[in-house]
Amino acid sequence: MEHYISLFIRSVFIENMALSAFLGMCTFLAVSKKVQTAIGLGVAVVVVQAITVPVNNLLSTYLLNEGALTWAGMPDTDLSFLGLIIYIGVIAAIVQILEMILDKFFPALYQALGIFLPLITVNCAILGGSLFMIQREYDFAESMVYGIGSGFGWALAIVALAGIREKMKYSDVPEGLRGLGITFITVGLMALAFMSFSGVQL
Amino acid sequence: MAIDKQELKNVIVKPIFDNNPIALQVLGVCSALAVTSKLETALVMCIALTLVTAFSGMLISLIRHQIPSSIRIIVQMTIIASLVIVVDQLLKAYAFETAKQMSVFVGLIITNCIVMGRAEAYAMKNGPVMSFFDGIGNGLGYSAILICVAVTRELLGSGSILGFTILTPIKDGGWYQTNGLLLLPPSAFFIIGLLIWALRTWKPEQVEEKS
Repeated sequence: MEHYISLFIRSVFIENMALSAFLGMCTFLAVSKKVQTAIGLGVAVVVVQAITVPVNNLLSTYLLNEGALTWAGMPDTDLSFLGLIIYIGVIAAIVQILEMILDKFFPALYQALGIFLPLITVNCAILGGSLFMIQREYDFAESMVYGIGSGFGWALAIVALAGIREKMKYSDVPEGLRGLGITFITVGLMALAFMSFSGVQL
Repeated sequence: MAIDKQELKNVIVKPIFDNNPIALQVLGVCSALAVTSKLETALVMCIALTLVTAFSGMLISLIRHQIPSSIRIIVQMTIIASLVIVVDQLLKAYAFETAKQMSVFVGLIITNCIVMGRAEAYAMKNGPVMSFFDGIGNGLGYSAILICVAVTRELLGSGSILGFTILTPIKDGGWYQTNGLLLLPPSAFFIIGLLIWALRTWKPEQVEEKS
C-alpha cells in the first residue's frame, strides 16, 4: 500500500506531467485563460488518463512485448515496434467511446466538457503517460495509480496556471511579452517552484 | 501541375519568422522544452519532426479526397504514427545513444500539434507537393526556435556546443562558471518567453491585444 501511495505522490508532485516533463503544453498554454474551463479540462484528463494507462498496460503485457503472445501459442513473436500505433489508437478509441457514453448517460457532464474531450486525443500528456508507463515497466496496479496520479498532477498544474493568469489581467505587461510570452515565464517560475518537491523522499 | 515560385517561397519562409509554429501558433511546445538541454538531441529532434511533418503532409494530401471527414482524425493519426514508428526504429538502429536520451519524446512526435495542425489546416486543402514543402517550412520554423534555445542552454549551462568545449568551465581548470540553472527544465520556458519577446519587438504586428 505504502508503495502505491508513494508512487501517487511522486507522479502528482515530483514528476508532474506538465511542469517537469513538459507534456500537454499546447493545451496547457491555450486553455488556461479561465479557471472554470481549466477545471473542466483537468477532470477530463484525469478520467481519460486513468482509463488509458491501465488499458495500454494490459495490451503491452499480453499483446506486444517479447514473448507476450505465449498464451496464443506464439512465444517468439515480438510486436513491440507496433507500440506507438496501438497506444494512440487505444487513446483515440477510448476518447470516442467516453464521448458517446457521456452523451447518452450524463448529458450534463458532456455539455460541461464539450469541446475538450476530442482535444484530449492529441494531448501529449496522455500518450506520454502510456509511454512512461512502458519505459518504467509498471505492472497493472502501478499503472492504474500512475494514470490517476499523473492526470491529477496535470489537472492541478493547469488550474493553478489559470488562477495566476486570471489575476494577471490587472498587471501591466510590456507589449512584446503580452499573452504568450508572459505565460511562458509564469510557467517557468511555476516549474521552478515544483522542482522544490524533488527532494521529497517517501 | 505548375508550381508558383513565389508561393513556394512563401510556404517555406513564412513559418520561420512571420508565422512561427512555436512563437505565434503555440503548437508543438512540449517537445521543444524537453530535448533542448543539448544541441545534439535538439538537432535530431528537428530533423525527425521536419521529415514527419513533410511526409505526413504529402501522404494525407494525396488521399485527402478519399478520407471521410468523420474519421479523418484517426486516419491522420494512423499515417503520422506509422511515420513516427519508422523514424523511431531508424534512430534506434543508427543512433542508439541519442535515441535513449530522447526517451519517449520521439514517440511523442505523434501528438506534436505541429504535425496534426498542419495536416488539418494545410494538407487537407492543398496538393501533395505544396503540403510537402509546407511541412518542411513549418519544420524549419520549429527548428529555428529549438536550435536557438539549445545553443543558449548548452553554451551557458555546460560551456560547450555539440560536446566541444567553448568556454572552459572552472572545474576543468578554466574560467567559466557554468550556470546550472540553464540545464534544468524551467530555463527553457524563460528562454522561449524571452525569444518571443524579442521576436515581437522586431515584428510588432504579432503583439497580442490587451484583453
